[in-house]
Amino acid sequence: MSRPVRFNTTPILATTADAVGAIEAPPGFTGDGFFTAQLSTVVGLARKNSIWPLPFATSCCGIEFMATMGSHYDLSRFGSERVGFSPRQCDLLMVMGTIAKKMGPVLRQVYLQMAEPRWVIAIGACASSGGIFDTYSVLQGIDQVIPVDVYVPGCPPRPEAILDGFMKIQDLVGEESIRRRHSEQYKTLLNSYGIQ
Amino acid sequence: MEEDNHKILKDMLAHQQHHITLPEGSIEKQTTTLNVGPTHPATHGVFQNIMELDGERIVSTEQTVGYIHRAFEKLAERRPLYQITPITDRLNYCSSPINNMGWHLTCEKFLGVQTPKRVDYLRVIIMELARISDHLICNSIVGVDTGAYTGFLYVMQYRELIYEIYEEVCGSRLTTNIGRIGGFERNFTNTAFEKLEKFLKEYPKVLKEFENLFARNRIFMERTIGGGAISAERALNYGFTGPNLRAAGVDYDVRVHQPYSSYQDFDFTIPVGKTGDNYDRFLVRNQEMWQSLSIIEQAYKKVQAFKGADAEIFHADVPEYYLPKKEDVYTKMESLIWHFKIVMGEVEMPKGEIYNAVEGGNGELGFYLVSDGGRTPFRLHFRRPCFIYYQAYPELITGGMLSDAIVTMSSLNLIAGELDA
Amino acid sequence: MALTNQYMQEKLQEKFGDLVSNFEESYGLLSFEATAANNLKVLQFLYDEPSLQFQFLTDLCGVNFPDDAGREISVVYHLHNLTENIRLRFKIFVPVAAPDVFTSCNLFSSANWMERETYDFYGVNFVGHPNLKRILNVDEMDYFPLRKEYPLEDQTRIDKDDEMFGRG
Repeated sequence: MSRPVRFNTTPILATTADAVGAIEAPPGFTGDGFFTAQLSTVVGLARKNSIWPLPFATSCCGIEFMATMGSHYDLSRFGSERVGFSPRQCDLLMVMGTIAKKMGPVLRQVYLQMAEPRWVIAIGACASSGGIFDTYSVLQGIDQVIPVDVYVPGCPPRPEAILDGFMKIQDLVGEESIRRRHSEQYKTLLNSYGIQ
Repeated sequence: MEEDNHKILKDMLAHQQHHITLPEGSIEKQTTTLNVGPTHPATHGVFQNIMELDGERIVSTEQTVGYIHRAFEKLAERRPLYQITPITDRLNYCSSPINNMGWHLTCEKFLGVQTPKRVDYLRVIIMELARISDHLICNSIVGVDTGAYTGFLYVMQYRELIYEIYEEVCGSRLTTNIGRIGGFERNFTNTAFEKLEKFLKEYPKVLKEFENLFARNRIFMERTIGGGAISAERALNYGFTGPNLRAAGVDYDVRVHQPYSSYQDFDFTIPVGKTGDNYDRFLVRNQEMWQSLSIIEQAYKKVQAFKGADAEIFHADVPEYYLPKKEDVYTKMESLIWHFKIVMGEVEMPKGEIYNAVEGGNGELGFYLVSDGGRTPFRLHFRRPCFIYYQAYPELITGGMLSDAIVTMSSLNLIAGELDA
Repeated sequence: MALTNQYMQEKLQEKFGDLVSNFEESYGLLSFEATAANNLKVLQFLYDEPSLQFQFLTDLCGVNFPDDAGREISVVYHLHNLTENIRLRFKIFVPVAAPDVFTSCNLFSSANWMERETYDFYGVNFVGHPNLKRILNVDEMDYFPLRKEYPLEDQTRIDKDDEMFGRG
């Protein structure tokens, strides 16, 4: 027996009246023709709105990424118009899809080729923890081989979820201190993965 | 003075030549080795080809697959029938309803379940939508590989509309896990039919526009005609099926030769190409999308012809395999027992073996099920069309240029999930 | 005259006699068994014989029957006659101690990777195969994972507790 549709029976059409918002300027001193702020804030602001992702798409989550890149869910309004496929030119490694043990060394190689500062987002259940494939051939989560910043669960995650994960990466990028990559904590993290 | 300069130059060159060290054997080897590695632009999936190039021409290539081997077949030996449906989703994930329904049709044939006509027609609608969404991605990606990104963006919007229809029926967008053995989990709501009508109204215009952008476009034609051609005999020997085989000239389609889910009640043609090159494959897929649209319209009319109580039928009456309604589970004893048995996977399968095939987006998707009477299959093997025809790739690209090889790979519609299983 | 299962069975028995056996018809599909040493002869006959013409190899896979001594590993061929639209299943059984089967790559190019996959999963040694290496698993793997004696999960993983997953 089917239930009648109860929600969204009269959908509200989007208007552009409230579409433009204003954000607060970062804390700092303003003067006539100048603005001072902490360097990390300004650098963070610039970096977080111009992240160049590397879509490392292996399977189904890659198709949801293609939907995210499409015009409906538009990733490029976050500054990621240009997705690159060369790790030397990218900031964010978006790992989408199952990583098998055969693919692990390839993933590690791509991560090593990226220049600092670099971030990693694991999209989907398979990249985060192996997903539904608890088998002999699947890596149970990419954090076995590379350090990960944000995990997006889902199988596959909706494009809104991917965008939410992306926005969390933006928060991380914006708040990052300039000295983080030289700190002891970061070095021990990389050493635990065997990365110099 | 000039002689001095000349002598200095000669000395420099001689000096340099002594210090150039080339890799072992590379002077004799006339070809360049290029690794078109597992991570190449995200649209195709993880395949590695180590190519030997003579300039731009490909001399030979060595393929490696298995970068996304997820052991589906071993996984299926552990799981009862309903738990295998999510695995079949992840085979050809661009058209996952076809895989799900192919699996359910196999189970129904094995268990002897007959589905009512309305269920068959609804299944046909969903399967043809899935076929459209698969061919849509494939054709637009061929466009992207020749440099035309806009076609992809125009047409992806209509994949969103198809996703909305799936969401109304089963709740999820991409890996749908749609349907049950015997039918669907819920009846199609009016919203689903409205969305289907919207799709049927808007998509033909978009497909026409997409076709106009590519089909007689001089640049696209010059890029794709002649590349990756294969003759019908070689294609049959390589086990090609689906649009790739039809582009080579053989009109084999499982929907026509071994009709399932009432496909015999529909009137459609099978588009067939001549040379089997990239252009023919593009056109065959394009024409198949038009045929699918026509099938969906016919199916929709047939579904609307069911009135009254008939319009409420969305599953076969098989309590052993179909989850009963919650109201019955809480009030009737048998329903409670069936519910328990189905959810715990304690449903007995007969002994025997079956091979059943459906026409997937890429060709004949077969399921070979061997059962020894337990609750899980003894052996389940997926006959994956991509795996079988990817073997022909070296033959298709040898002698051609590197850019043609890339276009050939995308026009073959290789889906990594299906290839490696 | 349309090709029927009956006719196919008669033709095969007439040509091969005792070498083919166990004719069964399940769900409309005729299935039979032959001895492992004769698989190529049978395949060639089915390919060439003008009234049979099974020239399309749909599928080639392996099955493991650990309890069947001397016949532990089976290789199953699914053939299809596209003009008459009829399918056929052909099985051979080999012991796990000496799983040697003649390759059908010369007859069907599609058998190449399918045999590599069967080797990768079950360890069937296809005699005469041009490139018998592992195809889907990592090259360094030293066991044949789809055999029933091996578990599904990777035994060296430390983060997942089998107890919690109900398979401790």
